[in-house]
Amino acid sequence: MIHSLFVINNTGDVFMEKHWKSVINKSICDYFFEAQGKASCPEDVCPVINTPHHYLINIYRNSLYFVAVVTTEVPPLFVLEFLHRICDTFEDYFNECNESILKEHYVIVYEILDEMLDNGFPLAVESNVLKELIKPPNFLRTITDTVTGKSTGVSGILPTGQLSNIPWRRTGVKYANNEAYFDIIEEIDAIIDKSGTTVTAETQGYIDCLIKLSGMPDLTLTFVNARLLDDVSFHPCVRFKRWENEKILSFVPPDGHFRLMSYHIGAQNMVAIPVYLRHTINYREGSGGRFDVTVGPKQTMGKTVENVVLEVPFPKTVLNVTLTASQGKYSFDPVSKMMTWDVGKIDTAKLPNIRGNITIQTGSPIPESNPVINVQFTISQMAVSGIKVNRLDMYGEKYKPFKGVKYITRAGKFQVRT
Amino acid sequence: MAGNGFQTSYANDKPPSSTGSGEAAEMSTDPASSSFFTSDFKRHEDLKAMLDSNKDTQKLEAMKRIIGMVAKGKDASDLFPAVVKNVVSKNLEIKKLVYVYLTRYAEEQQDLALLSISTFQRALRDPNQLIRASALRVLSSIRVSVITPIMMLAIKEAVMDMSPYVRKTAAHAIPKLYSLDPEVKDQLIEVIERLLGDKTTLVAGSAIQAFEEVCPERIDLIHKNYRKLCNLLVDVEEWGQVVIINMLTRYSRTQFISPNQADGPGDADRPFYEDSDKEEEEEEVSEMKKTPYMMDHDHRLLLRQAKPLLNSRNAAVVMAVGQLYHHCAPKSEGNVMAKALIRLLRSQKEIQYVVLSNVATMTSRRKGMFEPHLKSFYIRSSDPLHIKLLKLEILTNLATESNISTILREFQTYVTSPDKDFAAATIQAIGRCASNIAEVTDTCLNGLVHLMSNRDESVVAESVVVIKKLLQMRPSEHKDIIVHMAKMVDKITVPMARASILWLIGEYSERVPKIAPDVLRKMAKGFINEEDIVKLQILNLAAKLCITNAKQCKLLCQYVFNLAKYDQNYDIRDRSRFLRQLILPGENGSALAKYAKKIFLATKPAPVLESKFKDRDHYQLGTLSHLLNIKCHGYQELPEWPEVAPDTSVRNVEVVMPYVPKAHHVQHKKKKESKSFYSESESSQEEETEDSSDEEEDESSDEDSGSEENSDDSEKDISKKVSSEEESDSDDDESDSEDSSEEDSSDDSVEKIVTPVKKQPKTKTKAATTTKPTTSSADLLLDLDDLGPSSGSSVAVTPAGGNMLTPTLATGISNISIQDTPPAQIIPPSIVQAKSYELLNRMTGNGLSITYQFTRTVSVFSPKMVSIELKLTNNSDDTLTSIKIGDKKLQSGMEIQEFPEIGSMTAGMSTTCLIGINFNDTIQPAKFAICVGDNKYSVSITAPVGELIQPYSMSNAEFNTQQGKLSGMNENSGKTVIGVEKDAKSICLCVHSVANVIQVPGSAENVYRFSGKTVGTGTMVLMSVVVADDNAKITVNCEKMVIGSMLLKDLKTSIAKS
Repeated sequence: MIHSLFVINNTGDVFMEKHWKSVINKSICDYFFEAQGKASCPEDVCPVINTPHHYLINIYRNSLYFVAVVTTEVPPLFVLEFLHRICDTFEDYFNECNESILKEHYVIVYEILDEMLDNGFPLAVESNVLKELIKPPNFLRTITDTVTGKSTGVSGILPTGQLSNIPWRRTGVKYANNEAYFDIIEEIDAIIDKSGTTVTAETQGYIDCLIKLSGMPDLTLTFVNARLLDDVSFHPCVRFKRWENEKILSFVPPDGHFRLMSYHIGAQNMVAIPVYLRHTINYREGSGGRFDVTVGPKQTMGKTVENVVLEVPFPKTVLNVTLTASQGKYSFDPVSKMMTWDVGKIDTAKLPNIRGNITIQTGSPIPESNPVINVQFTISQMAVSGIKVNRLDMYGEKYKPFKGVKYITRAGKFQVRT
Repeated sequence: MAGNGFQTSYANDKPPSSTGSGEAAEMSTDPASSSFFTSDFKRHEDLKAMLDSNKDTQKLEAMKRIIGMVAKGKDASDLFPAVVKNVVSKNLEIKKLVYVYLTRYAEEQQDLALLSISTFQRALRDPNQLIRASALRVLSSIRVSVITPIMMLAIKEAVMDMSPYVRKTAAHAIPKLYSLDPEVKDQLIEVIERLLGDKTTLVAGSAIQAFEEVCPERIDLIHKNYRKLCNLLVDVEEWGQVVIINMLTRYSRTQFISPNQADGPGDADRPFYEDSDKEEEEEEVSEMKKTPYMMDHDHRLLLRQAKPLLNSRNAAVVMAVGQLYHHCAPKSEGNVMAKALIRLLRSQKEIQYVVLSNVATMTSRRKGMFEPHLKSFYIRSSDPLHIKLLKLEILTNLATESNISTILREFQTYVTSPDKDFAAATIQAIGRCASNIAEVTDTCLNGLVHLMSNRDESVVAESVVVIKKLLQMRPSEHKDIIVHMAKMVDKITVPMARASILWLIGEYSERVPKIAPDVLRKMAKGFINEEDIVKLQILNLAAKLCITNAKQCKLLCQYVFNLAKYDQNYDIRDRSRFLRQLILPGENGSALAKYAKKIFLATKPAPVLESKFKDRDHYQLGTLSHLLNIKCHGYQELPEWPEVAPDTSVRNVEVVMPYVPKAHHVQHKKKKESKSFYSESESSQEEETEDSSDEEEDESSDEDSGSEENSDDSEKDISKKVSSEEESDSDDDESDSEDSSEEDSSDDSVEKIVTPVKKQPKTKTKAATTTKPTTSSADLLLDLDDLGPSSGSSVAVTPAGGNMLTPTLATGISNISIQDTPPAQIIPPSIVQAKSYELLNRMTGNGLSITYQFTRTVSVFSPKMVSIELKLTNNSDDTLTSIKIGDKKLQSGMEIQEFPEIGSMTAGMSTTCLIGINFNDTIQPAKFAICVGDNKYSVSITAPVGELIQPYSMSNAEFNTQQGKLSGMNENSGKTVIGVEKDAKSICLCVHSVANVIQVPGSAENVYRFSGKTVGTGTMVLMSVVVADDNAKITVNCEKMVIGSMLLKDLKTSIAKS
C-alpha cells in the first residue's frame, strides 16, 4: 500500500526517507514541490497529487510535510489517517514531532517506521505494542546501558499486546499511586455574523484520559445526561454494545494518555455562545480607517472567560495599524497582515476594548469587506453542552484509585464576521 | 546531567553528539547534515573498522550511523559486505538495524545478500515466534529474485505455523513474493486460500490484503469465509477493517441483488429519483412489483456487522463503512452514515478534503441525506482553498426551494471574500443554484447584475459569464440586463467576460436593435487590440448583425472581416473567410448563403449547469480513483448488481459429517434444546458484537478448540451444538425446523431477554458439562459431530430460516473450514474435539478451577513437548492475583514450559494459557504446583498414551515396510466386536479420539491404517484396523512395547464401546 515516505521540512529539504518496498528516488518529490509552489500557503497544498506513475499523498503538520508515495489504488483516507498516526506516535515517543527532534532520534524514528509497516501495510501501530518493541528514549536507561555495557533499546520479547485481545494495554502495569484523570474538553465551532446572530454553532467534545492504574482495571464511566451524546467515536477499548444499550462507557483502559471518546453535537442543537464582540471597522477613501472592538461575556454560567485572543487578518492593502488596547497586548505582523490581540481574562466590570487607526497603502482602493475575526477563549469548570460525569467505577482490581474529572470549554473555529 | 560520564553515556542514544574518545570527536557532526560528504571514503573506512571490531557497542554505534545515512537517503551500499557479516550478531538491536540495512540494499547487492540467507533459514525454525516472524519478514523483503523458491517454501511453512503472528507475517510476505515473481501466482493462491480460512482476527486483515493484491478476481475464494469475515469484522484491527470492508463491498455487488429495486414511487425517497432516468425507473419498478424484494441474509449480516464501525476513531474505517452503505444498502438506510461523515469534518484538513469530495459525490445523487447537516458545510475564512471549493460544491448540490434563501445569504458573504478564486467559484455556484431552482432565478440574476459593478475584475467577469448562461435559458425576458451588459463592455477587460457579452448581444440583437450596432462599431475600432477569443466573438457579432440588420451593419461587417483577414491568428483568418462566404456572397452566391440566418440564429439549447462530481459516480467511493477522477493502477471496478442473485448456497460452509447420529437421539436432543437455540440465535445477533469484544478469550491461542469458550460463551456452545445437529438431519427435518424457527422467534421474545441474564451465574457449570470428558457415549458423539476429521462425505448446511445468520454458527463452522484438504494430504493433526480434564477443582482451589486439554498441535515451546491448554476460571468472589506454576516434581527427562504469570483474575473471569510438557514418552504424571498468591495447590497431569503421539504422514508402501520392521515383540494385536456401524468414518473417529495419528491414504477396503510418531523420542507408531463382519482386528506396531500395548487397549475399548 504505502510504498515510501519522505519527510520534508519547510525549506524543501528531504531530510528523511523510508522505503517499504523497492526504492523510489527522492526526485519524485519534485512533483510535490511543484504543487507546493502553486499553493499560496502550506495548508493549501492539495493532499493528493497525481503524477504519471505515482500518487503522492501528503499531510502538513508541525511545519513538516509527510509525503507518502503510493503506486496503486488505495483508500486515500487509509494513508492520510496512517500518516497522522505516525506523527501521533512520534509525539507520544518524543513529546513533540519536529525536525530537530526527528533528526536527533533518527535511529528510533527509523526503527518505529520499520515496525509500523510491513510491505506498506500496517503491522504494529498501537503505541503500547510499539513501546514494548522499541523503548522510548529515557535518560535513566541510557545511563544503565552505559554502565552495564548493554543496550536495551530493542526488546527481545514478543510484545504480549500484539497477541492479546486487548492490544492497547500492556500487562504487568504497576503504580505506587493509582490515579485516573478525565478531561472533558469541549470546543465551540461557530460563525457569528455581522449583527451578532449565530449563523451556525456546533460543539465538538473530547474525553482525554490519563490513566495510571495497576493491573487490569475494568472501568465504567456513566453520565448524568448521556442522551446528549448521539454522535460519538470511541477508542477501540470501549465496548460499543454496552454503550448502545445502556449508555455506559465500559472499557479496559490503555496505560497513560489517550483519547477515550470524541463526540459531536451538531448544528441542530442550540449552543450557548459565551462571548460577544462589538465592533466598528470602517475604511475611508484616502485616509485609512477606524478600528474599534470590544469583547464581552455572554451566557457563561457565571464562569470567567480566560485566555481570550483575537486574531484579525487584515487585507493585503493595509500597511499598519496603530491601536490602543485597554488591557493586554497587541501585535501586528506586517508580512501576513495579521493583528493579534492577547486579551487575557475578561473582566465583566470593565470590558476589554481596542481601538485605533488603520493605515492603508496610498493609492490602493479601500477593501470592500471587513476582516473575519477569529476568537479564542477558554472557560474552565464548564462544559458548554452540559454533559456531566455521574460516576466512575472500577472492577477487576482491589485498590482504590484516585479519580478526577475536569471540564473545559474553549473556542474551536470561532469566527465573527464583521 | 553534568558529569562527563553522563555525556558519554548519552552518546549511545544520540550518535550525533557522540563525544568522549578522540576518534569520535570528528564524527560528532550530525550524520544527517551535509558535512557527511566531506571525506566520504575515509569515513566509511572507520565505519568498517567499527563493524569488524568485536565489541557490540562499537558495532551498534557504527550501525546507528549507517542507518542515519540510509534515513537521509545517502548511499551506504559500499558498506554492504561489512554489514552483512553482522547478521549473525547476538545483540538484538544490532540485528534489527542490520535487517533494516539489508532490506534497503539487498536488491543492489544480490550476490552478497545471498550470504545472509542461511541465517534466516535457520531463524525460521527458531522456537521463538518473534524471531521466526522477523526472519520471514526480512527474507521476504530483500527482493532477490534468486531466492523466490526459498521464499515460497518459507511462506508455505509459515502459514501452517502455530503462532498467528507468524501467519500474519506470512500473509504480508505473499504480495512481496508476488511482485518479485508473478509466475508463482497459482501456488500463492493456494496459500492465500488457506490463510483466508484462518479464524484469528490478527490474520484476517492481512490475509485479505494479500488476496486483494494477488488475486482480487478470485471472488470464489471468499464464499466459504464470507460469514466468518463478517462476524470477525468488529474485532479485526482497524486497518484490516478497511481492507475487508472494501473487499466485501465488491463481493456484495457480485453476489446479491440490488436492494433498491423495490422502492416504488410515492416512497419517501422520491426526491432522489428526480435526476435519474424516469422511464427506466418506472419500468423497473413495475417489474419489481411482481416479486417483492427480500434482502439476502448474508447481505443483511454484512450491513449489520459493519454499522458499529461508524463509531470508529479511524476516519478510514468510517469512510469504508460509509461507502459500503452508499453502494450496497437500501437507500432508506443510507442515512445512518451521514452523521458519522459529518463528524469526520472536524478532523485534520487532509481528511476533511477526502471526506468532502466523497460527500460531494453522494450529494450529487441523493441530497436528502445531508440536508439536515447543511450548516456543517458553511465555509470558514480559515479553510484552505480546496476545502472551500468542495464545500461550495456541496452547498450547491444541497440547495432546494426551501433552503435556497439561507444558502444564497451565505453565498453573499462569500462573494466579498478577499480570496478572489473563491469569490469567482461562489458566483458560479450562485449561477447553478439559479438555473436549478426556478423560483430564485430572478433574484440571482439581480444579484449577479449587481455584482457586475464590483470593483474586482475577476468577480465581474465571472458574473458576466454566469449571467450569459442564465439568460440563455430564458431569453424571452431581461432586456434591461442585456442593455446593462452592453454598457459594461467598455469597462470590462477580462477577455472571457467581453466575449460573453458580445455573444449575448449578437444572439439577442433583436431585443436591443439600437444598441447592438453601436457596440459592434466600438468593437471594430479596437479590434486589433483584442484577445483572440474576443475577436472571434466580434466576428460572430458582425455576422449576426449583418443578417438581421444588413442595412446598418453591412459595411461595418465588411470592415471587420477585412481586419480579420490579415490577423496573425489563422483561426481568425479562417473564420473571417468562412463567414464572408456565407454572409457576403459574391456574384455566384453560394448555396449555403440563403440558409445563413438559419445557421446563425438557430435557437441554441441552454447549457446545463451541473455538478462536476456527477461523473465520478461510477468509481467506488473512498478510493483514490474517485478522488482523482481517473482510473488508478490496480483499481477494481465496482460491478453492477446482478439481475438475478447467484447461488446463495455457496456461502454455506460444508460441514464434514464423520458420523450420523442415531435418529432417536437427535430427536430427543432437538426437542430439548431447539427452543433455546432459536431464541439464542435471535438475541445473539444483537449481542454478537458485544460478546466478541467482551470476550477475554485469547483467540489466537486456541487453535482448534471450540469448547473452551469462557463463561459468556456457554450459550454459544449449546447453540453451536444444536446447530450442528440441525445440519446433521437437515435432509429430513429441514422444513420442520424452519417452521419452528419462525414460530419460536416470535413467541420467544420474552425469553430472549431473560436467557442471557439467567445464564450468567450458571455458565460455569454449563460450560463444564458440555466439555467434560464424560464417558457417556452420547455426549462424546455430540462433541465429535461438531468437528470431525475431514474424511468422508459431507453434507451441506441448508439455510434454514434465520439460523444461518447466527454468528455463533458461523464461528463454529469456521473452525472446520480450515481443514478442507482431502484425507490423503492431511498434515495437521486430525481434528477431534479435544476432551478436557480437570486439573484443579474449584473446591480445592479456593474458587480457582483449572481444566486442561491436549491441543494436539505442535507445541510452540519445543517440538518435544506436548502442547496443553489450561483453562483457568475464577469462581470465587474475589480477584485472584499472580497465578503461576510453582515447584515441579518431575521424573528425569521430563520438562515443563510454564505459562507466564497471570497478574490478576477478576471474579468470574476465565482465561486460557498454553503450557508445554515433555513427557519423555512415559505415562508418568507430571506433578507441579499452582501458586495463587501465597497459596499452593499441587496438581498433576497425566497424558493418555494417545496424546504422546503426533501424526506422521507416510504412504501405504512406506507403512508396509515400516510394519515389516516392527514385527514380533513390537507388534500387539487383538480382536474386538465393533459397536458401531462399520463405515470408515466412525472407525477413523474412534481411532482419532484415542490417539493423535494420521490416516495412511490408499489402503484396501475395510483396512484402516494410521501412523504417528511419539512426541518425545520420535519413535514410529503404526496402527491398523481390519474390519471383518462384526469384528475388528487391531494391530499396533511400536518399538516401545508399553506404548504399543496401552494403545491397543485404548483402541479396543474405544471401538467396542462406540
